[in-house]
Amino acid sequence: MKKTYKIEVDCANCANLMEDAARKTTGVRTATVNFMTQKMIVEFEEGQDPAAVMGNVLKACKKVEPDCEIDL
Amino acid sequence: MTKKQKKMLIRILATAVLLVVLQLIPAAVFETGLSPMMGRVLRFLLYFITYLVIGYDILKKAFLGIRNGQVFDENFLMAVATVGAMALAVYENGDYLEAIAVMLFYQIGEWFQSYAVGKSRRNISELMDIRPDYANVERNGRLEQVDPEEVEPGSIIVVQPGEKVPIDGVIVEGTSTLNTSALTGESLPREAEAGSEIISGCINMTGVLRIRTTREFGASTVSKILDLVENASSRKSRSEDFISKFARVYTPAVCYSALALAVLPPLVRLLLGQPAGWGVWVYRALTFLVISCPCALVISIPLSFFAGIGGASKAGILVKGSNYLEILSQTKCVVFDKTGTLTEGVFEVNGIHHSELEPQTLLGYAALAESASSHPISKSLQRAYGKELDRTRVSDIQEISGNGVTARVDGIPVAAGNARLMERLGIPYHDCHQTGTIIHMALNGIYAGHILISDRVKPHSKEAVAALRSAGVEKTVMLTGDARKPAEQVAAGLSISEVYSELLPAGKVSKVEELLENRSKRSKLAFVGDGINDAPVLSRADIGIAMGAMGSDAAIEAADVVLMDDDPLKIAKAIQISRKCLGIVYQNIALALGVKGLCLVLGALGIANMWLAIFADVGVMILAVLNAIRCLFLPKGPYDAKDTQQPLKETV
Repeated sequence: MKKTYKIEVDCANCANLMEDAARKTTGVRTATVNFMTQKMIVEFEEGQDPAAVMGNVLKACKKVEPDCEIDL
Repeated sequence: MTKKQKKMLIRILATAVLLVVLQLIPAAVFETGLSPMMGRVLRFLLYFITYLVIGYDILKKAFLGIRNGQVFDENFLMAVATVGAMALAVYENGDYLEAIAVMLFYQIGEWFQSYAVGKSRRNISELMDIRPDYANVERNGRLEQVDPEEVEPGSIIVVQPGEKVPIDGVIVEGTSTLNTSALTGESLPREAEAGSEIISGCINMTGVLRIRTTREFGASTVSKILDLVENASSRKSRSEDFISKFARVYTPAVCYSALALAVLPPLVRLLLGQPAGWGVWVYRALTFLVISCPCALVISIPLSFFAGIGGASKAGILVKGSNYLEILSQTKCVVFDKTGTLTEGVFEVNGIHHSELEPQTLLGYAALAESASSHPISKSLQRAYGKELDRTRVSDIQEISGNGVTARVDGIPVAAGNARLMERLGIPYHDCHQTGTIIHMALNGIYAGHILISDRVKPHSKEAVAALRSAGVEKTVMLTGDARKPAEQVAAGLSISEVYSELLPAGKVSKVEELLENRSKRSKLAFVGDGINDAPVLSRADIGIAMGAMGSDAAIEAADVVLMDDDPLKIAKAIQISRKCLGIVYQNIALALGVKGLCLVLGALGIANMWLAIFADVGVMILAVLNAIRCLFLPKGPYDAKDTQQPLKETV
C-alpha cells in the first residue's frame, strides 16, 4: 500500500535524512521524500497498519531533524 | 514569508545591530571602574549573549544531534567552528566578532535559501496548478458550488465563462471557446459546442456550458496530470542520487580532515623541535569546518530538476521524473511511429489530377457514386466535397468488390475505382506518380482524371526532424506498418535517415530492440508514438514519448514523457529543455565542488580565513540556487513557433 503525507522540512539535506530514517523504520518497504512538493510517499509492507508505522516514522524523523513535521 | 522566516529575520537584524554597537566600544572601556578580570568577563558576556541570539537554535540542534547519534551534520559543524572561535577569542581576549559574524552569515545564508527555495517552489507549483477548486452543480434549480470529488459520473455541471472545467464530460448545452494552454501550452483557443467532449483543466472563455460528466474527478484528465507532475520529482535522477550519497560521505570526511588538521601538524612540529602553534592550526581546522557544509549541492540539484520539470509542463510537456529528464538529455536516436505521429492519421483528398472538369464537380460525382459505402475512403470524399449529398441524384449503384463502384449520377454513367476497374471497363487511364489511394474516375465511359487520397504529413513534421538534428540527435528512424513506397516517400520528404516499413506491432518492438542493441551505451534511444497501440514499444525504448495525449489515459500511463498536444516540434523542445536543465545541474556541481575544494586547500594552507570560508559557503549556495531557477525558463530554439506567450491566468 502506498500513501502520501504532507511534510514540513526546511532544508534539502534534512529531507534526505528524513528519507533515510523513514526507509529504516520497520513496516516501511520504501519511502521517498519530495522536498520540492513537501511530500513523503511511503510504501508499507504487506499487512502493516499505516497509522502505527507512521508514528514510528515520525519519531525516527524527529530524531534526525527535530524541526520537521509530518501531517498524519 | 513564513512565521519561521520572519522570526529569523528579526534575529538576524537584532544581532547585526548588537554587533555594530559592541564593536564601537573599545575593549579598554569595559575595564573602567572594574578589575581587568571582571571587565574581561563582562565583555565576554555581552558578546556571548549576541552569539546566543543568533546561534541558539544551531547549538540546540547540534546537541540533539549528538544525543541522537546523528553527529555529523551542518549544525554540528557550525557549532564546533563558532564555539571553537569563541574559545580562541576568550583565550586571547581578542576578536569575538569572527565567531558571531560567521554564525550570522551562516544564518543569513540559510534564511535566503529557505526564502528563495520556498518562493520558487510556490511559483513552480502555481504554474502547474490546474486543480479546479469547485464544481457548479444544479440542485433544485439553483447553482451550488461543491467539491469536484463529490460529483458522480453522469451529473450535470455548469461551467461559467472564466472558470476551469473541473471534470471530464460531454457538453449538453452551450457553445464556447476553450483555453487549453494550461494543459497543452498551446495558446490557440478551441471551439466547443453541444455534443463535443470536453476535458477537465481547460478554461471556459466565452459562453456558459452545461456538461454531463463522464468520469469521477479522480479519473479525470486534470487529476491524472496533477498526480503525474506532483510525483515527478520522486523518481530521482542519477545526479540526485550521486549528490545524496556524496553528502553522506562528504561531511564526515571533512570533519575527520579538520581533526587531523588541528592535531597532526602541531604534533609534527613538536617532534621537529619547533613551537607547536596550536592556535594557528585549530583556527585553520575550524575554517575547514565552515566550508564543509554541502548545502549548495544538496539544495540546487533537486531544485534544478524541479524547475526543469515545471518549465516543461508549462509548455505542455509532462516529464514523469527527473531520471527521464536526464535520459532525454542523452538522447541520440529518435524513433518515430509514422501514423498519428508524423502524419495526421486521417485520410484526406490531397489532389485531383488530369481532370478537365472543375475539381469540385468531379469530387461531387465521386462522392455521390460512393455515397452508399461506409468505407473511410468514401467518408474522406464526402468531407472533401463539403456539401450535403443529394442522394436522389444517384441511381443504379453497383459495387464491384475489390475494384470500385459504378453508378448513374444525374443520369450520367459514372465509374469510380482503382486501376483494375478501368482495365475491366477498357478505359485508358493515367497512373499517378504520387503515393496513396488513387480513385480513377470515368464519366460516360471517358477517363475524367483521378483523385489522390492519402494521409497528410503534419505541418510541423519536417521542421521537427530538422529541430531534432540541430538539438544534437544523430539518428532519426521511422517505423510503419504501411507499404514501402509511401513510407519511403514520407521519410524522404521529412529527411528521416532510416525507414522500416510493413511492420506489424510486434515487428516494431523487435526493430526497436535491434536498434537498442546497436547503439553505444551513453546514447539513449527515444520512441515517439501516439500511445494508442504502441504501449509495448513505448515501454521497451530507453524513453517513451507519447503525443496527442490530451484525454488519452493509455498514453499517459505507458509513456515516460507525455506531450499534451500532437505537435512533433515539442519533441525537440523537450530535448532542449532537458539539455539546458542538465547543463545547469553540471554547472552547479562543478561550481560548488570547485569553489569548496579551492577554499579547503586555501584554508588548510592558512590563506583563507573564516570570513572567506563563510562567504564561499553562502555565496556558492546563493549562486547555485539562482542558477537552478534558470531551468524554469524555456530555451529558445531555432524552430520555435512565433511568440505564443500568453498571460498565465485569465482575468475573470
